[in-house]
Amino acid sequence: MSAEWRKRLSTGGMRCVAILLFLAIWFVVSMGNAHWWKFFNPVLLPTPIEVVKAGIAAWQSGELQDNILASMARVLQGFAIAAIAGVVVGLAVGTWRPLERLVEPMIELLRPIPPLAFLPMMVLWFGIGEMSKIAFIAYAAFFPVFTTTVEGIKYVDPVLLRAASSLGASRADLFRHVVLPAATPSIITGLRLGFGLSFFVIVAAEFIAADSGLGYMINDARTFFMVSQMLLGAVVIGLIGFGVNILLRSVEGWLLRWRVATRG
Amino acid sequence: MDAMLAEAPAAATDSRRVKISIRGAEKRFGDMVALKGVDLDLYENSFTCLLGPSGCGKSTLLNMIAGFTQPSAGQVLVDGRAVQGPSADRGVVFQEYALFPWRTAIDNVAFGPMLKGMPKAKQREIAKRYLAMVGLAGHESKYPGNLSGGMKQRVAIARALANDPSVLLMDEPFGALDAQTRETLQEEMLRIWEHERKTVVFVTHSISEAIFLADRIVVMATRPGAVKQIFDLDLPRPRERSDADFVRLEKEIKLLVRAEVQKLGVI
Repeated sequence: MSAEWRKRLSTGGMRCVAILLFLAIWFVVSMGNAHWWKFFNPVLLPTPIEVVKAGIAAWQSGELQDNILASMARVLQGFAIAAIAGVVVGLAVGTWRPLERLVEPMIELLRPIPPLAFLPMMVLWFGIGEMSKIAFIAYAAFFPVFTTTVEGIKYVDPVLLRAASSLGASRADLFRHVVLPAATPSIITGLRLGFGLSFFVIVAAEFIAADSGLGYMINDARTFFMVSQMLLGAVVIGLIGFGVNILLRSVEGWLLRWRVATRG
Repeated sequence: MDAMLAEAPAAATDSRRVKISIRGAEKRFGDMVALKGVDLDLYENSFTCLLGPSGCGKSTLLNMIAGFTQPSAGQVLVDGRAVQGPSADRGVVFQEYALFPWRTAIDNVAFGPMLKGMPKAKQREIAKRYLAMVGLAGHESKYPGNLSGGMKQRVAIARALANDPSVLLMDEPFGALDAQTRETLQEEMLRIWEHERKTVVFVTHSISEAIFLADRIVVMATRPGAVKQIFDLDLPRPRERSDADFVRLEKEIKLLVRAEVQKLGVI
């Protein structure tokens, strides 16, 4: 076994230990409270086992799958719009100076406003159906994608542009063969941030105006004081986010394998 | 007078074709004169070193020949035509290598042939040949991040040559390398140049590097940048750094350069 594998295995082991430790603390606090200390109403903090039970029940009724699918469908559609718009507008703004001067101030004005502030407006404009949620996600996720794309283009090493043009590259060649690949790492970072943000905001949107989705599930459980189900919603969101991040990272690792090579 | 040196362009070389002609080229940045009235003719397939301390405008001159920057006054002609911008006929090697980090060694070298629209197999064949020429056979599929400084510069030289330019411009190409790697690459550069005759313009601040490599050394003055003195060398190659003629010339140029460094006031 190579040293690298041993290292990987031991960091993987450490991670498992950390997760188990977290679950153990949760378990001890909720069990201990319910049976011995009685500091607070045990209903307020179910044990991990109760959450898993709630998960199995929700899965068997099909409710859990429906809610996951509803949220994922909104996230994917909204994020797809944000990704395309963010990259395209970002590329245009990053390469064309006059456009940058026009667009940048507008973006800088809108960016500090929390997207949630616009949610009621979106509901007003697009109704309480899917459209308002998709538009809301698209709006929120647009900013990180756009900003990192522009940054990526702006900071292309000028010596690479010189090298390419001395090899006979036209303006179009420069864009395709230098600017785009050089900006790819930061575009990917933007996409990852944007995707994270999509998840972040969909839950809030589903609290306010939805009849399906994981945010709806949490809010609905609150109305009926089903704490296990509320926690279940949070756990499922966490697991999906974790899984998606691993997926995105491996895509990133493959696309940027030259950069991994640099580190190795 | 033994081995070398006439201080003006020798009459004997007049029959050779002028490849690069610099006529009254000046470069100003605002009020600052970076380069003042340079007149210089470089012959086809010759090896010229532009030598001087930093701030003498040697890189500015090279950038004007490359077409990266335009002279504020005067002209730079290559093959009798004014340089308008960068072109595939003038290859450039940079001190900072300027390899595309997302391309493997072979794909970096194939960049020029790719832009010319050659078929993929042909691109790879050319790139492979030039990588072998610079001694990097077997390293084709490595990314620049996995290559040492010397290997990166070999790839950059192969990339410039694979495009088959008639002029090769090198801006302190070995400046960032350690002394041993530097001398090895100097020797290999000469070997390659014997094989692939190009008009080479090589910027350096190393006197010994210039004497080792060049047919002609253009010593530059500082404040403002200008041509101070031209040496045409006919020392036989390979040159030995401990040769009496080599050492004598080195001393002579050192005095010239030192005077220019003193003008800068920082020693």
